[in-house]
Amino acid sequence: MSLLRNLVGGLRGLSRKRQVEHEMDEELRGYLDAAVSEKMRRGMSRDEALRAARIEMGGAESVKEQIRAVSWESVIETLWQDLKFGLRLLRFNTSFAAAAILSLALGIGANTAIFQLLDAVRLRTLPVKKPQELARIAIDHRKSASGHFTSRYSDLTYAMWQQIRSQQQGFSNIFAWGPTHFNTSPAGEVHNVNGLWVSGGFFQTLGVEPALGSLLLPSDDEQECASAGAILSYSYWQREYGGQRDVIGRKLTISRHPLPITGVAAPDFYGVEVGRSFDVAVPLCTEPLIEGDDSQLKSRIGWWLAAMGRLKPGWTVERAAAQLRAISPGIFQAALPAEFNPANAKNFLQYKLGATAAGSGISDLRQQFEDPLWLLLALAGLVLLIASANLANLLLARASAREKEMGMRMAMGASRARLMRQLLAESLLLAAIGAAFSALLARNVSQVLATSLSTQHDPLFFDIGMDWRVLGFTTALAVLTCILFGVAPALHATSLAPSAVLKETGRGATQGRSRFGLRRILVVSQIALSLTLLVGALLFARSLNNLVKLDPGFRRDGILVADIDFTARHLPKEGRVAFSDELLRRVRAIPGVEAASTAAIVPLSGDGIGRDVLMGDTGESEGDDHVAAFNYVSPGFFDTLQTSFLAGRDFDEHDRTGARNAAIVNETFLKKFAAGKDPLAMTFRVRRMNHTSAPYQIIGMVRDTKYRELRDELGPIVYTARAQNENPATDAQILIRSRAPLASLLSAIKTMASQADPDTDITFSSFHQMIDDGLLRDRLMARLSGFFGVLAALLAAIGLYGVISYMVERRRNEIGIRMALGAGQQSIIRLVLRETGLLLAIGLVTGVALALATAKTAASMLFDLKPTDVLTYLLAALSLSAVAALASFLPARRAARLDPMVALRNE
Amino acid sequence: MADKPSGLVQGTLDMLILKTLELEARHGYGIAVRIEQISKGVFQVNPGSLFPAFRRLERAGWLKSEWRDTENNRRAKYYLLTAQGRKQLKGETREWARQAAAIARILEAES
Repeated sequence: MSLLRNLVGGLRGLSRKRQVEHEMDEELRGYLDAAVSEKMRRGMSRDEALRAARIEMGGAESVKEQIRAVSWESVIETLWQDLKFGLRLLRFNTSFAAAAILSLALGIGANTAIFQLLDAVRLRTLPVKKPQELARIAIDHRKSASGHFTSRYSDLTYAMWQQIRSQQQGFSNIFAWGPTHFNTSPAGEVHNVNGLWVSGGFFQTLGVEPALGSLLLPSDDEQECASAGAILSYSYWQREYGGQRDVIGRKLTISRHPLPITGVAAPDFYGVEVGRSFDVAVPLCTEPLIEGDDSQLKSRIGWWLAAMGRLKPGWTVERAAAQLRAISPGIFQAALPAEFNPANAKNFLQYKLGATAAGSGISDLRQQFEDPLWLLLALAGLVLLIASANLANLLLARASAREKEMGMRMAMGASRARLMRQLLAESLLLAAIGAAFSALLARNVSQVLATSLSTQHDPLFFDIGMDWRVLGFTTALAVLTCILFGVAPALHATSLAPSAVLKETGRGATQGRSRFGLRRILVVSQIALSLTLLVGALLFARSLNNLVKLDPGFRRDGILVADIDFTARHLPKEGRVAFSDELLRRVRAIPGVEAASTAAIVPLSGDGIGRDVLMGDTGESEGDDHVAAFNYVSPGFFDTLQTSFLAGRDFDEHDRTGARNAAIVNETFLKKFAAGKDPLAMTFRVRRMNHTSAPYQIIGMVRDTKYRELRDELGPIVYTARAQNENPATDAQILIRSRAPLASLLSAIKTMASQADPDTDITFSSFHQMIDDGLLRDRLMARLSGFFGVLAALLAAIGLYGVISYMVERRRNEIGIRMALGAGQQSIIRLVLRETGLLLAIGLVTGVALALATAKTAASMLFDLKPTDVLTYLLAALSLSAVAALASFLPARRAARLDPMVALRNE
Repeated sequence: MADKPSGLVQGTLDMLILKTLELEARHGYGIAVRIEQISKGVFQVNPGSLFPAFRRLERAGWLKSEWRDTENNRRAKYYLLTAQGRKQLKGETREWARQAAAIARILEAES
């Protein structure tokens, strides 16, 4: 009841403020009048009475202030007043306000942007029904496995999936899926879209509704693909079909197989893989139809599926995992591939299935980008810390300029708490405006960051947006920075006795050692933190440079990769080599082409083949590690990539089926398997899953080259003749070194391929671009940490400039006296720079210690560089010193140019 | 003891104000004078604590106020007890008497 009255009274006070104030004035005036007439009645003169009454009453303003303080609405009102006052002050100090808001917006914005990305990649749950009930089913701690791995998530084979589906008990619904690319172009150049193989339970388990048509059902799995059709994602439907409602029943070509479109999924559903959105999903059972001879479904050694399930009510992930573990022996016995040799089989039968929570989806990007993103978030946090220190410094400087105002207000009766509240309101205002700008900035920055993670062949999709987590993060940062930079200056500004402030003339009272000491500490910590950031930036930049400058053992530039797929010709095995030879012959005939060859594996594409090697013609291997990387190449491969021969010869047209198996090896192969022997006298065999090959004769040895990735160590590589491959592929990856302009080369190749066979599909990629794409993460780290490093150094320079300027101002008299006594400009500059030197030295030492302690976390991301690299530290310290010297030279020169007369007269 | 009052506890002032209004409505100065008179000069209340107390009591619903003409034909804000205020005064008086008696007993036992 009284609460309500209080509320009403307060609201009345707020809404009819003028009237309430007016009544208060009148009441106090009445009181005074009454007191005066009372005193006059007792015999005082009018003046005496008035004086006595006024003394009794105290200041009318302070009484009013006390009355206002009783009611709650006054808190809001003073806050509002403080904010208005703060805003006015900021308007009068535009340069200060701009500097403060900009540095806060940059600092908070960088943090928010990176946090947004982390949120999208790591923290957010899938936009499906009750995501917390989802779990991923996979083999626990699978160290090695044999077979063909064709998907980013090669958790299971089809045979294993069938067993799991029929035997699991912990999940009410379950599905298998595998990401892939579908070529939707009917002919000619390949047009790939992001595809999914899905089992019938996919949409139902996830609780996804159709936007149009119908989605798959678990029962579809049993009908041998009778109702097979393609399901489109909502965004693909909008993009490719303009959202037309008559798409249902229309044909979509996937690898030249027309499939009817049966449904469109709900708008916000992008799949279960974070970072990639699907375009087209088709049932698992269509895989043999679409892939033909390469079908993984038919093969028991094809690992291409991942599985997820929705837990039954009352089941936990742990309980479901335990049940899966219990049924594992039976499942793996039933799914054991016949091709396995005893060692493979033994390994396979020891696998145990498990389950892990999958509510936030699945992503291989996490492994690649989670650590870098956390590290970047830490770096951005340091930048924000430096920006806060800078702001604290600026506010301290302002506090000393305003100490008269503060002293005056305290003398007039303002309480210290009241003044602090006002100063903190100003800081909060700055923080809030900075955070608002940062939110705008962050949105764009995180979008740019997200796009910079995409490559031409692997476009990524991030659902970046404001959610409560990002909003909370930004707000928390704003409040935190406000406390960081606002509290200390506010405490200082209000800690002086008003009489002391007002007594002082000319020189401010803030020359106290302690206050200036705080500003110095702030600058030292800025220098230390910037050094840490600069060290980080330089480490990543030098690491990237190491990768770019690295000699991979072959040429990077001017090489085009054309992948010509002739699956549609349905050639027998013998015909495939002949046709790809024919394609190669025609490519070589194109004007401007200097060299061309085919390769099963394009170096540094991320693909690879590994096989066990047995040295000699007979017998078993000794020891375990005999794995070598393999590549099947045509003659001219080494010439095309300009890899030099150390011994022997290249393949030629005699190395065909029927002739003795020929192989070319690299240096490391010889070092590892036959150190010190003549390579050209060596033979080896290759162990396949269920048999061992005929012996290979080594006919040549080439330089070491990188194989899968630039970061990999050099390993043993075996090249065999494409013509002698037992199982030639139905495409030809042709590497072309050419001087011709790219555009004319591309059109010449397209014409050539369609002349050879109109049914071929072509995909082009630039070798150089492909290698660059492999350095995406390194480039990202180098760029962002570089940006943060420069920003940090800049902020530190501003801070240093401020402090040195302040010091010069403070010591004007002293400098004036020194100059009057004959000190030269040189010695004045030296005097000022000595101060810088001291701050810098302490900052650098602290910074080096800090950097040494933290750089370890980046060790795994660096290439050919230790996190304690001396040169990097020297460079960072040198560049920071140069910036610091510049920042303090300006005020020093100003000090040296002081007119001693003016400086002294100022006293 | 004839000088200024030493610890006038917060609740006490509120109670004294309510008491002065028990019989008739008064304006601010009237209340101050009345308290001084009744206490024979022991309690002198200054406006700095009097007016905030009015605002507080009004918000609590124990007082209401209205503008009236004074005996000298000036306008002044008069404070009146509400029914709730009357009840509050009764309760506080009883509680005060109880506590005062208890304190007196303790002090007597001590000597």
